[in-house]
Parts: sequence; structure tokens; C-alpha cells
Amino acid sequence: MHHVATTHDEGKGQYFWVWGVLLILTAVEVVLAYRQVFQPVRMLEVLMVLSIIKSALIIGYFMHLKYEIAAMKWVMMVAVVACLCLMGIFFADAFRIIHLGVQ
Amino acid sequence: MSDVAVQHGIAGAYEPSLFGTYSKKIGMWLFLLSDSLTFGALLFAYSYGRISNPDWPTPFGKASIANATIMTGCLLSSSLTMVLGVLAARRGDFRWTRWWIFATMVFGSAFIVLHAKEWSGLIGEGMTPFKNPWAPNVPQFGGTFFTLTGMHMLHVTIGVIYLGVVALRKKFLPVLLALWLIVWLVTPADSIFHIAVHVLLVGAVVAAVILFLKPKDYDAHDVEIAGLYWHFVDLVWMFIFPLVYLMSTRV
Repeated sequence: MHHVATTHDEGKGQYFWVWGVLLILTAVEVVLAYRQVFQPVRMLEVLMVLSIIKSALIIGYFMHLKYEIAAMKWVMMVAVVACLCLMGIFFADAFRIIHLGVQ
Repeated sequence: MSDVAVQHGIAGAYEPSLFGTYSKKIGMWLFLLSDSLTFGALLFAYSYGRISNPDWPTPFGKASIANATIMTGCLLSSSLTMVLGVLAARRGDFRWTRWWIFATMVFGSAFIVLHAKEWSGLIGEGMTPFKNPWAPNVPQFGGTFFTLTGMHMLHVTIGVIYLGVVALRKKFLPVLLALWLIVWLVTPADSIFHIAVHVLLVGAVVAAVILFLKPKDYDAHDVEIAGLYWHFVDLVWMFIFPLVYLMSTRV
């Protein structure tokens, strides 16, 4: 395994910080869900916001996207977010079914 | 071949990449994008059922949530050890890279074992892909749950094999075959994992073919790319955990 030159050099410390924040956010999620602090729809929104924060930390720091060039960041993130949002079209139908009360 | 053609650090020989990085990494990112759409579809399918069924079962009690929280902790910690492994590989410290990758594999395996125990518990209560004991009129709970978590478990298993190959190369093959045999022998014949363990055998065959066709010394770039895959598996769980478990808690 030979040495490969790197474009950036960051310390170990920030990885421990990110790991700690991820664990704390997970704990917050569990407490919120277990205490059932919010109504289901509000709960879903809160959990999704926390999960998106967690995934941003993982993508940015652990997967090093923060240190890639702008073209890489934009192409990767815009593509995946746009495609995932398109899938959300189906939720209109799910809400329609529950309001109709189909058995 | 391509490794010879694209010599990193030699300026001027080739036009620089549009994305400012080496092509193997772009390839892995593109794979992960397509994979995130696969998981996206499965997560959306589960959520669609969850929204459109008022009688959606909530079988995850205190023990189940505690178990899933420990599993989340395992995956998050495995991401930390992986990123430390990538850092060690960049320093050229092969010994520490190996140790960090081993730690990552241990956390990943712990995740698989805990998840398998949980699956066995649910199956023991009478849950199948086609029916569940808690809500007889919502048969799709089993199907969407097992497909989503099964797909994720498969990704974690492939990740552990991938890391093993990067860390140990050909020496990992006997370890993998031994694992396959041990799990096959210790799981009861009627358990789903008695059959599912053959994934390890398929993995060993695929790894052997790759190692035979392209024997090479894996460098820091390969460790970083394996790390990208591993973090992605962790990332997907960050959505499965709240959507599947936390939204279906039984208090």
C-alpha cells in the first residue's frame, strides 16, 4: 500500500465531533419517537429533518463531499435530490386513498 | 490497465477530470446515486403503505427499539472507524489501515447479527412477506419491511466482504469460506439465514474471480472508495431507522 498525495489534510478531531453529533441526534430521535411528543405527521416531519441533517453530516464529512470541487458537489447532489423528489409524486395518491377510506 | 493509463499526479499528460478527482471515485459516486434511487423506491413504497393504511401495525416495542438503536450506534461507529482507516491509508500507514478496517468489519458484522436476531424474533411471531399477526388486513407490511431491511442487510454483508478483500486480498477468501461454513452449521435448518448465508459463498466466488483476474495491491484510493460505499450503507440506515422503526413504535 503506497502513499498517495492528498489535496487536503484534516485532523482526526472533527471526525469524532461528527460521530458524537450523529449519536446525539439519534438519541434525540429515539426519545421523540418513544415519548410520542408529536402527532404522527408532525413526528414524520421532525424525524425527516433530523435524518437529513444526519445524512448531510455523513455525506459532507465522512464521504468528504465537502472537500470536492463545486462541479462534483452540484452534479451529485442535484441529481439525487431531484430524482428522489420526483418519487414523492406518489404520496398524493397515498393521501387520496386514506381520505377516501378505502378498505 | 486503466491504472497504468491514468497516472495520478502527472500533470499535462491528460486533460484533468471535470469533477477534479480520479475516475474510480466518480464511478463509485455514480453507482451510489443509482443505488440511492433503489433504496429511495423501497423507502417510498414502505411509506406509501404506511400513509395509506390507518391500521398499519406497530410491532416494535421497547426491546425492539433498544435493539435498533444499538444497531444504529454500531453503524455510526463503523463509519468513524472507516474514516479513520481512510486517514491512515492516506498517511501510508498500512498497519493501522488494516486495524481500522477490521474494526469496521466487526461493527458491521455486529449489525448483521443483531438484525438477524430481530428478524428471527418477528418471523417467530408469525410474520412473513405475505401476512403478519398484528394487522391481518395490512398484508403488505411484511413484504415492504422484509424487502427494505433485507436489501439493506445484503448491502452491509457485501460491504463487509468488500472491506475484507481490500484489507486482506486473497487471504480473506479462506476466512470468508470458514464464516460461511460456521454460519451454515450453527443456524437451524428451518431458519431463513440457513439459506441466506449462501450470499457469503457467492461473495467468495465473486471475490476470488476478481482477485484472480486483477491481482493488485490496493492503495489509499481503493480504501477511500470502499469507505464511500460503507458510509452510504450507513446513510441509508439513517432513513430506514426513523421511517420503519420509530414511526411504528408500540408504547
